[in-house]
Amino acid sequence: MQASSLSKTKENTWGGGGSKPLDAAYGKLMMWFFIVSDALTFSGFLVAYGFSRFKNIDSWPIADEVFTHFPFLHGIDAPMYYVALMTFILIFSSVTMVLAVDAGHNNNKNRVAFYMLLTIIGGAVFVGSQAWEWKNFIKGEYGAVEIQNGDILQFYNLEEEKRIPIDEFYISSTQERITHDDNVGIWYLSEAKLPEITLQEVMAGFNNDQNLTVRLEKLDDTGHKIILSRDEAEIKLASATRVVKGANLIRNEYGNPLFADFFFFITGFHGFHVFSGVILNIIIFINVLLGTYEKRGQYDMVEKVGLYWHFVDLVWVFVFTFFYLV
Amino acid sequence: MAEHKHKLAIFRGRLKFKSNVQKIWGVLVFLSIVTAIEVALGIIKPPILLNYFLGIKILNWIFIIMTIIKAYYITWDFMHVRDEKPFLKNTIVVPLLILIPFLLFILLWEGSYIFEVMFDGLKAWNFDIY
Repeated sequence: MQASSLSKTKENTWGGGGSKPLDAAYGKLMMWFFIVSDALTFSGFLVAYGFSRFKNIDSWPIADEVFTHFPFLHGIDAPMYYVALMTFILIFSSVTMVLAVDAGHNNNKNRVAFYMLLTIIGGAVFVGSQAWEWKNFIKGEYGAVEIQNGDILQFYNLEEEKRIPIDEFYISSTQERITHDDNVGIWYLSEAKLPEITLQEVMAGFNNDQNLTVRLEKLDDTGHKIILSRDEAEIKLASATRVVKGANLIRNEYGNPLFADFFFFITGFHGFHVFSGVILNIIIFINVLLGTYEKRGQYDMVEKVGLYWHFVDLVWVFVFTFFYLV
Repeated sequence: MAEHKHKLAIFRGRLKFKSNVQKIWGVLVFLSIVTAIEVALGIIKPPILLNYFLGIKILNWIFIIMTIIKAYYITWDFMHVRDEKPFLKNTIVVPLLILIPFLLFILLWEGSYIFEVMFDGLKAWNFDIY
């Protein structure tokens, strides 16, 4: 291949021995091969998620109960609406991207720039939404208790027939216990940040209200979590070890730790792709504004970065299905 | 690059568009409708669809099929695979069509096997010392 200059890049279709079997630009082919390998990476992650889910098929957290937030609607149960909106934002930014590619084919610089800008905004909104989703997931809503075998017990009000957050029934104790830091004792001894509500306070609140019971991680035949009777709950709670609020990589209030692990890993990896896509789009956007492709006489670079952007959208369609719907 | 020609028909030629831009909007409308149906089904969860078919709930089959339909239109129309030569189409699609179902089959089968072993084979899966 000859070194390409600005004027030479017009004829960059890969020859393949003269017959042009693929009839596509070299750079575009390479983008396609990258996309195929990246698709396999993502399918590896999603299949691993499926594996863990099939392995724990009778106790997997219910996504509808986990992702229930919508901006400015506090305390209203809105399962999936927000992710649906995010999906729509990403599909829409895909549309503006393909419109930019189309404008590029007509060598219309201003329209390419305009649509690229819309795409960048859409991508940024999506990454922001994902950050907000993470924040809600990490912060948690109801709180739960972990027992000795590692299971999570969620609290349930038998009278009102709904889940009850721990901060609504705990009885605060006057006894104050501060976090042990390494600057007050032996230098290598410290502990993790204490929960705001202690196990003793939760247990005091539980014993005070006879309507309270717990829900297991296990699902019944209809896919709902099993609710124990008060007596059974008291036996289970005897081995409670800690209060769990929100989610991290080690434990989460929704149930199986693997659920949070896969959520953070897969949506994080996808979010990183969106983020790098936004950066690439910004670079191409600046180049469009500077007239680089105008001088070249073709907007192939917009098409290549567009392929990547659509791929990110495509992956989200699958993540949406397997994390939120199925 | 004036020689860019787009195939402007979708749904096997049943729906034809006048220009590429029109086709893009048409596909967006279609994808939005599919997503809206998915979300509606996910919220309502009709009880009839909660029965099992081949080990998976019918509702989940519907979600998976709709996802694949969406994926098809994103790749074919947004990523312009529809306009590519058959050779390039196959280069992209065939490896994925072979490898992903293979991986899916192996790991999901293994996952449910491990579940059965842990569910039936042991008296209790409960370690007292944690």
